[in-house]
Amino acid sequence: MSGHEINPNDWITKYADYLFNYTITRVKDRETAQDLVQDTFFAGLKSMKNFKGEASERTWLVSILKRKIIDHYRKINSKKGQAEIKVNFSHDSENEGSWLEQRVADPYDRTAEDTIENTELGLAIHNCIGKLPEKQAQVFKMKTLLGHETEAICNELDITASNLWVIIHRARTAIAACLEKNWF
Amino acid sequence: MSKKNGLIIPCDEANHTCDKTQYREASLWEKIKLNIHLIYCRACRKYTKNNSKLTKLVHSEAVECLKTSEKKKMKSALDNEITGQ
Repeated sequence: MSGHEINPNDWITKYADYLFNYTITRVKDRETAQDLVQDTFFAGLKSMKNFKGEASERTWLVSILKRKIIDHYRKINSKKGQAEIKVNFSHDSENEGSWLEQRVADPYDRTAEDTIENTELGLAIHNCIGKLPEKQAQVFKMKTLLGHETEAICNELDITASNLWVIIHRARTAIAACLEKNWF
Repeated sequence: MSKKNGLIIPCDEANHTCDKTQYREASLWEKIKLNIHLIYCRACRKYTKNNSKLTKLVHSEAVECLKTSEKKKMKSALDNEITGQ
């Protein structure tokens, strides 16, 4: 459609996990995170013509996703504020004046240093998985992250068990090497 | 796997067992053989160490992944949107 290489058909396989991981560390709730990622893809689709190819496709999607997450917090915060006012004016008047700071959810609240580190770790791992050949990435995710049984995976992908272990072995070696370079 | 019940196993088999232990799928006998192998094989010791480290990292809560069904749902919704344009 546009001159730059941008292909929405590959988005889900390529970026869905990365973006989802990015979101889940920021909004906690799986459902919401999914919706936000989905919205991001829609928004990306709409503004595909504006994509100049200056950044990578993923960076561009992440920048859209960031706006979506911020919007999400704006929305729930404004709802919270309204609810809080009612509570506040009916009783408990000694806390007056400080309700905003106290009650409005702070998105950075639980972001202690280890959480930040974990966020980055999750992204680093997904980054490394993203570099694998598609088949390896798929098998590794199913086996390790989703915890499917060996047999179930073999049936679904139509491969033998020893085949699966070879794929897993290659994937693990590659990911370990990649993480060694970028993380440890 | 030439010597079926030998205590000494080659490196590739050791690595295979090591991969299996990461998913708790190795039998006790396999684990014994792996550990005997690790006594004298430095390369496999290193591999095993890295491998367990990776498992630990992946299982820390930070790493999330979409279920296949969830992805399918997203995909079909996106496809609809693409054709709708």
